[in-house]
Amino acid sequence: MSEKTISQADVAHMATLSRLYVSPDEQALFARQFGDILAYMDVLAEVDTTGVEPLYSPVQHEGIPREDEARHVRSREAVLANAPHGDGEYFVVPRIV
Amino acid sequence: MTDFCSLSLGDALDALHTRRMTAEQATQACLDRIAATEPVVDALLHVDAENALASARALDAQGPDTSKPLWGIPVTVKDALSTKGMPTTAGSRILEGFMPIYDAFVVERLKQAGAVILGKNNLDEFAMGSGTENSACKPSRNPWDPQCVPGGSSGGSAASVAAGQCFASLGSDTGGSIRQPAALCGCVGLKPTYGRVSRYGLIAYGSSLDQVGPLARSVEDCARVLSVIAGYDERDTTCAPAPLDDYLDAARTGRRAASLDGVRLGLPREFYGDGLAPEVRTACNKAIEAARAAGADIVDVSLPHTHAAIATYYIIAMAEASSNLARFDGVRYGRRAENVENLEELYFRSRSEGFGQEVKRRIMLGTYVLSSGYYDAYYRKAAQVRRLIRDEYHAALGQCDALFCPVSPVTAWKIGHKNDDPLQMYLMDAYTLSLNLAGLPGLSLPVGLGADSGLPVGMQLMGLPFSEAALLRIGAALEAVLPAIGSPAGL
Repeated sequence: MSEKTISQADVAHMATLSRLYVSPDEQALFARQFGDILAYMDVLAEVDTTGVEPLYSPVQHEGIPREDEARHVRSREAVLANAPHGDGEYFVVPRIV
Repeated sequence: MTDFCSLSLGDALDALHTRRMTAEQATQACLDRIAATEPVVDALLHVDAENALASARALDAQGPDTSKPLWGIPVTVKDALSTKGMPTTAGSRILEGFMPIYDAFVVERLKQAGAVILGKNNLDEFAMGSGTENSACKPSRNPWDPQCVPGGSSGGSAASVAAGQCFASLGSDTGGSIRQPAALCGCVGLKPTYGRVSRYGLIAYGSSLDQVGPLARSVEDCARVLSVIAGYDERDTTCAPAPLDDYLDAARTGRRAASLDGVRLGLPREFYGDGLAPEVRTACNKAIEAARAAGADIVDVSLPHTHAAIATYYIIAMAEASSNLARFDGVRYGRRAENVENLEELYFRSRSEGFGQEVKRRIMLGTYVLSSGYYDAYYRKAAQVRRLIRDEYHAALGQCDALFCPVSPVTAWKIGHKNDDPLQMYLMDAYTLSLNLAGLPGLSLPVGLGADSGLPVGMQLMGLPFSEAALLRIGAALEAVLPAIGSPAGL
């Protein structure tokens, strides 16, 4: 297996992009584990994919269009039922502006 | 009728239709079985006894209905599937207390078919794992040996079925999560073709890989459940408008014939290489010989990019996971961190407190492979290799009726023994995940017990898109000619 170095700073950057906090202990652990995992991924570099179209989905059928009509499928009350913080009309979040 | 819970789904239906058993009695029998076995197997996150009994009584009030193919049959459902009014957590702290406002398509179908939903099965958090050890709530245990994992991520479903808590369960399979726990718990699991079953209401992990399917104690029982959940649903645009087959008839035909005359099975040689535990290899070889003795023509085939499948799979699955799990932001549902100053801190803290370590790893790696500068080398490259893998599956399946190979390189392992090295855990999925990349159906069935461990060994039949009926026919014939593995020794 080839070596791949992922620094704790790399991990911190990945965490920020992912909107996650990672403790210094976890940063060290993840840096080591991500290095191993990404080194393992290098097996792909050896595969000749010249001229191969990426396959993003195994779907083989054509999408079936429907009329672009709004349907009322959920009540406001139901949609807000699981809100950690709502006021009966809207989801409430900390002040933004 | 002393051991109603050990009956096949078909025999239980017969008892219900002839009123030897009421739906309420059937549900109560399973609830009693749950009370007796749950302290050992921990297969369930939520049991809804009151509503289950109420729906059973409502069925009894109307009387048996032969137009409902699961009339009065108690079932369980993986907790990655949305159930209206019944907690749904995906095994994660971030969905603690979440109460869905709608049923998944497959849950709607179960209810319409007359099934009684007993509760929700444990799973690896967001279906990310191979042993059901990554549940935020508790590990599940294997009914054959409670010190061992039941497999994963649908380990709660497999343990529940094997322990006789229900007659069938629904799981989901992103990289083997139905087939592998079925194999490790000695039951039958079917991962349908991508698009055969609607994903509406399945909490998404890898959207181009996820598929819902049944786990049960026989091939015929799986066929009965597939007949109920398969079909077009406009709410999932990847759900195919492909015609349905008579799955039950296919399984019955195979079982009755108990012969594989005229069936050509391909053995992908890359699945029989190093890394296969000796006891698994021995059990597989015996099953291959049994298939040959039953008339099957056994041929060697090759899937040359198998060595690249694990890397391909994990790049794609993690990329899709990082995107799918962005929705858990603490705003609309699920856990929200308290005492936050601003919106950004709300996102960071809610997610950091709510997700477990394996989920964080996959989100971060997925974000990395999609990020600027790495996208082409990882994500796009993996999608290219995915096409090569899909094409070579189709080529191999042009030479035979189905591929026949092991499901897991090992039998169930001891809880806690493989937990600290994520890469080693990913390698355990080597035989199952390429099928999801290709979008093909796979049927996992028990073929024997490992000579060393005494634990179940499973093998899978894999076929072309929408060949479920053929797989069920061949699987039922195999089941008829292989010696039964018996009941779980751990209960």
